[in-house]
Amino acid sequence: MAETLFHHTLAVRQDRCKSCTHCMKRCPTGAIRIEGGYARIDGQRCIDCGQCMSVCPHDAMVVEQSTFDQLLTYTWRVAIIPAVLFAQFDDQVTERQVCRALTDCGFTHLYLSETGVDILRTLEADEPEHDTPLISDFCPAVVRLIQLRYPVLLNNLSVLRTPAQMTALLARAELEAEGCLPEETGVFYITPCAAKMAQIKTEGSDDHAIFQGVLNLDSVYNMVQALLAKNKRRYGQETDGAWFHFPVFTRTAVQWSLVKGECPTNGARSLAVDEMHNVIDFLEQLENEDEVNIDFLELDACAQGCVGGILTVRNRFLAAERVRHWSNQLPQELPEELRQRILTYRGVLLPQIHTERAQPKSALRLDEDMGKALHKLEKVREIVKVLPGIDCGLCGAPTCKALAEDIAQSNASIRQCVVLKLKNPKELNSLSRIWGERTPATKALDPAATERHE
Amino acid sequence: MHASYPVMAGDFTIAGNASSQIKRTLKQLDVPPLTIKRIVVATFEAEVNVIAHSYGGEVICDIEPDKVVVQVVDTGPGIPDLELAMTEGYSTASDELREMGYGAGMGLPNIKKNSDKLDIYTAAGDHTHITMTFMLGGA
Repeated sequence: MAETLFHHTLAVRQDRCKSCTHCMKRCPTGAIRIEGGYARIDGQRCIDCGQCMSVCPHDAMVVEQSTFDQLLTYTWRVAIIPAVLFAQFDDQVTERQVCRALTDCGFTHLYLSETGVDILRTLEADEPEHDTPLISDFCPAVVRLIQLRYPVLLNNLSVLRTPAQMTALLARAELEAEGCLPEETGVFYITPCAAKMAQIKTEGSDDHAIFQGVLNLDSVYNMVQALLAKNKRRYGQETDGAWFHFPVFTRTAVQWSLVKGECPTNGARSLAVDEMHNVIDFLEQLENEDEVNIDFLELDACAQGCVGGILTVRNRFLAAERVRHWSNQLPQELPEELRQRILTYRGVLLPQIHTERAQPKSALRLDEDMGKALHKLEKVREIVKVLPGIDCGLCGAPTCKALAEDIAQSNASIRQCVVLKLKNPKELNSLSRIWGERTPATKALDPAATERHE
Repeated sequence: MHASYPVMAGDFTIAGNASSQIKRTLKQLDVPPLTIKRIVVATFEAEVNVIAHSYGGEVICDIEPDKVVVQVVDTGPGIPDLELAMTEGYSTASDELREMGYGAGMGLPNIKKNSDKLDIYTAAGDHTHITMTFMLGGA
């Protein structure tokens, strides 16, 4: 099974990390261990969901920064902007003012990311054969969670391109028709999501081919705020001015990133589950079921969906309210003229409407060889019996079972168990002779995932 | 690897406990997803049978490099007419059970469909012992 090398955007700042174990305990894929006094992220397991970052009390988890410099290489600079960006501001700041600031940042063309929803609806996108319920592929952290922990459900995953990708494809087609050279056109996505950033930065990925770059939503927010402060009067006096290149979007489209935003309104039975631990509970359940009375499942790794994204600034409930308020002023149907504009590029867009089915990742397996894996599994069961079972995390692994697995794979030693050490240090010596010490070079951990800030 | 999980009669709240645990183990062994699904579905059906129709029993799982064997053994009262029980749609479930969504008569047929080999020992007045074998291809 060929597995692509994933680019990761989350890293640990050792100058801030106090090895407090918060991140390790929250990680949904067990990717974090405390080693040598710092949290370390296993690149094979990390899905860039950002749970560690949201729970870190010391701001030691950081997301890779992207600068505006990347725009300079292109003559035509397209911004694909999610509605979530506008929701970061209070009502004093209008959508138009944000657009104006983005134009002043250097973007030549602005598209609302959610326009892609209208594109998919106009093209009457269909879903190839799949297991039910159909699971949305919109949340990249969920897709990667399923690849890693729930491979049984990969045939339930939608293979429709995400709205942002469709918008990017339309933007490119429209600009080319206007005479902008493809190699001089850069399409940039502004995102509140670490997992999305990771996808775009992973070479060979679909997103990498579609977007020339990605910008963190929080740094764009800062840039816009700075421009708003500087040009308060000038921006305030304008009533028209900067706006989207594709000027109207439907209510359904703008609500897309909110919880239940993707759920079909045509009477099909659907369900939306948000926040990582709820998503995991639900997937565990779903994996056991043979038949479920649900047609469509929207899963959002972040609470309240993308407005709860790791790079957002404003309270997620206020942000969600602004998106909803904005959408209520929008039409239910796309104006005919714009529908036609999408249909003009039907021939370009339709063949690209589907992506390849996501493949399983086997980072959680104990060994490639079934015989060896079984042997290690027996070992894990024996070790678990001896460990205290209180999951204190002081050994550097999130649970006693995780430590047992690490020991069975020679990535840890039973000597790391603080409770056993306090109770009976002598016994610990004989146990470690039975189960072995950790091998000095820990192969599983990706050193690139840990940044050193001196 | 050998593991066993007790199954209590009449307690539908625990239906799926044994199959979930087996599922977790199989995932760590990197068993192909579709094989895992077959094993989980068949085991779940058998678990429900023990809960719904027997006096209680246990699920015993043995994993070897080339196959997974799941045995479900109850303590009675046995199936009077096995051939009939293997027929799709046939069920002896009470109205009460049917109201809970069980009793579609697909239990044993589903188990047969999902396993590579199925052996059943049963007799009215005795107990039921089913042995499901799932081959792990390519090993």
